[in-house]
Amino acid sequence: MARVTWQPAYLVSRKEETADAVTLVLGVPGWPGHLPGQHADVRLTADDGYSTQRSYSLATPDHGAEVALTVQVVEDGEVSPFLARELAIGDPVELRGPVGGWFVWHPRSTRPVLLVAGGSGVVPLMAMVRARHESGGGAPMLLAYSVRTPDDVIYADELARRAELDDGLTLVLVHTRRAPNGSVRPVGRVNRSELVGWASELGPNLDVFVCGPTGFVDAVSDALVDGGVDGRSIRTERFGPSGG
Amino acid sequence: MGATQEGRKSPTYGADDRVLDGNVLAGSLGEVFGVEITSAHVACAGCGRRQAVAELVVYASAMGSVARCRGCGHVMLRVAQVRSEVVLDLQGCSSLRVAGEG
Repeated sequence: MARVTWQPAYLVSRKEETADAVTLVLGVPGWPGHLPGQHADVRLTADDGYSTQRSYSLATPDHGAEVALTVQVVEDGEVSPFLARELAIGDPVELRGPVGGWFVWHPRSTRPVLLVAGGSGVVPLMAMVRARHESGGGAPMLLAYSVRTPDDVIYADELARRAELDDGLTLVLVHTRRAPNGSVRPVGRVNRSELVGWASELGPNLDVFVCGPTGFVDAVSDALVDGGVDGRSIRTERFGPSGG
Repeated sequence: MGATQEGRKSPTYGADDRVLDGNVLAGSLGEVFGVEITSAHVACAGCGRRQAVAELVVYASAMGSVARCRGCGHVMLRVAQVRSEVVLDLQGCSSLRVAGEG
């Protein structure tokens, strides 16, 4: 494998996903391709030479020289507000990637997949949902996506569409603070019986991917293991606001 | 595919969200090794537990990162960026296993 190094990239387009999440499409002429779940490091360098970097999950499957990152804005952060709101179309950034090889899903896999997302932890899992669609794969897949309120759902329209059109894909939205009118599930955190229920619905030989804030990921993976799911089938990725 | 130990439980390190996991080391360690290292397996010099680098408990700061064993909390790995160098301390790992290509 070739050494992963910094490459020039430029902003192609941006899309507002929610009040504080933005998807950036970057053109990266030298991008070597990636698997769903991998991420990229973004480096910004100021005129005085000061530079800083952050890691973001790739939101789409491999589309050649264009990569999409979804950035959750940390209001007092150093990098995310700039990337989300100030970087102009055509502006340069440097990108290093793809990085990571543990938290990846191979679209050729036919094993059932349980995806559990907390907040912007949905980004790498969305790359898996999209990869399943684009590859025409038939692996049974359930995405359980925990959000505070309906306004916080990233990719809301596409997820609703995918859930309707993609055979074998199930979407479960878990609202922890406020649910939409008419919602059957009471507001609250995802619990062990729900998690174990989804796992057993999907059947044996399951692969599980959990991504979100550290506390969320620890709680979900512990609940799954307590509920009898083989810990070896669970892959986790934790993030925190420290990135900014 | 690598494997974690069966029945593993995540130790509670409080609700501090600056506690991350080894996935975050992918970029900096990738530059050192030139291969994808988060799916490599390391054995803890403290308790012997074998785990993927991605599974380590990582405390990240502007100075660098400290990675601890998910089983016993022993410090397994330290990474610091010092100007243009990446400095790595692997004293807490009794072994590092990287899958070859193909």
